[in-house]
Amino acid sequence: MELLTVPLHNAFMVRALLAATLIGLTCSVVGVYVVLRNMSFIGDGLAHASFAGIVIAYLMKADLYLGGLLCAVATALGIGAVSKRSEMSLDTTIGVFFTAAFALGIALMSHVRTYVMDLQDFLFGNVLAIERRDVIIVAGLTAVTLAVIGLLYKELLFASFDPASAGASGIPVDAISYVLLVVIAVTIIISLQAVGIVLVAALLVTPAATAYQVTDRFGPMMAVSALVGVASAVVGLYVSYYADIASGASIVLVATLAFFTAIALSPKRRSLLTAVLEARRMAARVK
Amino acid sequence: MIQKQTGGREHEHTHVSFEETQRVDGHVQTVAPAAFHLHEHSGHAKGSAQAAREGAAVALAGVCAGYFGRDVLDEVSFEVDPGEFVGIIGPNGAGKSTLLKVILGLLPVQCGSVLVFGQPPSPAVRRHIGYVPQSEAINWSFPVTVRDVVLMGTFGRLGLGRRPGPAERAAADQAIRQVGMSDYAHVQISRLSGGQQQRVFVARALVQQPRLMLLDEPIAGVDATTQHAIFTLLEDLKTRGTTILATTHDLSCVAEWFDRVLALNHRVVAYGPPGAVLTRDTLSATFGSHLLVEPAAPAPA
Repeated sequence: MELLTVPLHNAFMVRALLAATLIGLTCSVVGVYVVLRNMSFIGDGLAHASFAGIVIAYLMKADLYLGGLLCAVATALGIGAVSKRSEMSLDTTIGVFFTAAFALGIALMSHVRTYVMDLQDFLFGNVLAIERRDVIIVAGLTAVTLAVIGLLYKELLFASFDPASAGASGIPVDAISYVLLVVIAVTIIISLQAVGIVLVAALLVTPAATAYQVTDRFGPMMAVSALVGVASAVVGLYVSYYADIASGASIVLVATLAFFTAIALSPKRRSLLTAVLEARRMAARVK
Repeated sequence: MIQKQTGGREHEHTHVSFEETQRVDGHVQTVAPAAFHLHEHSGHAKGSAQAAREGAAVALAGVCAGYFGRDVLDEVSFEVDPGEFVGIIGPNGAGKSTLLKVILGLLPVQCGSVLVFGQPPSPAVRRHIGYVPQSEAINWSFPVTVRDVVLMGTFGRLGLGRRPGPAERAAADQAIRQVGMSDYAHVQISRLSGGQQQRVFVARALVQQPRLMLLDEPIAGVDATTQHAIFTLLEDLKTRGTTILATTHDLSCVAEWFDRVLALNHRVVAYGPPGAVLTRDTLSATFGSHLLVEPAAPAPA
């Protein structure tokens, strides 16, 4: 028990735990849509694209998160618009957009070498350094994000499952897609502090992918994903505290462990567990 | 031996109890083989945007539409009367699915006009249309059950932020019963057979109590018994006054079930009763001359 309470004597650890829990929750709920709509690459792309906005905001001495958010949202909407109006595949469009935005960020950063160390936290995340003000922002944006998803729950479900029929029955599918892109962009921005640009996609994808292994209902998938996301954030943070490793990487690795456990135990497919059981049964029968 | 896992596919319930009705009529010999435009009910000339009749369930006049600036539909004109069952035939890429999207108003037309029950497509009109998408457009591994899918049919009329309640669930269960899928209500959709999957999506359309049903390839990839079951279901809807349009590239069922057939290959090649459309000339003009199909013989008694 002490093992769990001792770190909480540090104010920074309480802040970090609070922020990581909220981030784990938002990412894993939004991640359900990312996984089911095959948008994993978009998550990665928007995270990288936000970097340009962060560097520009840094140079302008503006709020870094706001800069990152604006750039990610602009990229999200740009990707949506271009892919709708051209015959290029969505993956190609994302590939062009996000590398361009990331390259712009790197170019600007290389121009002002002195700032490199400060900006590195955005690449790899450092939730232990999170400030009180940032925790409040994360909490606020988490509430907004979850409220939007709650409000559009059935529309998002229908549009994600069968966009053609959803459109036919009067649901504004395109508008829903844009809203989801913006929600993903916001989620990514609040997650940067915890896991950084490079790893944020894992937080979006892995808990939802884990949940997908163990259930074939949408509601339960979201619940399990949220559970995995929050648990990974908390466990990962403690591991990071005691093992003295980077918090973002630690959270992602814990989630990945959950994913492989789910794959092994999945009732949905011929999993490792059923394979072992079957082999035993066969061996018994042969005897 | 390793036991191969089987899904629910062998438990197909089919409803084949309906007596087969012979539906070959006398229109056949009245049409010359070379006459491709067979608008027997329509009072308009080709391309006239004003011609769409008020009384028609669906009326297209000179419609052009497509994607990325390329027209898939070229001056398409035809009308469907209320309560009619119309088949849309044509090769892949002929614009059959595009035509359904135009009727739904999901794809804007470049020229011409579309009227559904006398009104241009709009969300309000769409509420009266049940749409059954192509099976290959569906992500079957999506974590939803039969009941979840059918319940989606109620989402359109529920407002923003409103969840389906007891009334919506009752409507969904009723539609599931109607297509004979009650035993599978809680089964995830990838575990169903092709025919069962089709019936789930028909049930979802039924929840909307549509006046018009649009079905995209409802019998693609299902066996003959299941085809019969699906058509019997649609025939049943038709007798209750629902207008039905279904695309297909399976010609074997055309003569037996449809009141009228639209042969489409970007333009309307022919439109009329099955016997008149299913001629060698029309079919080769629709599908390309390499297709060696005899006109479907009158359905066996």
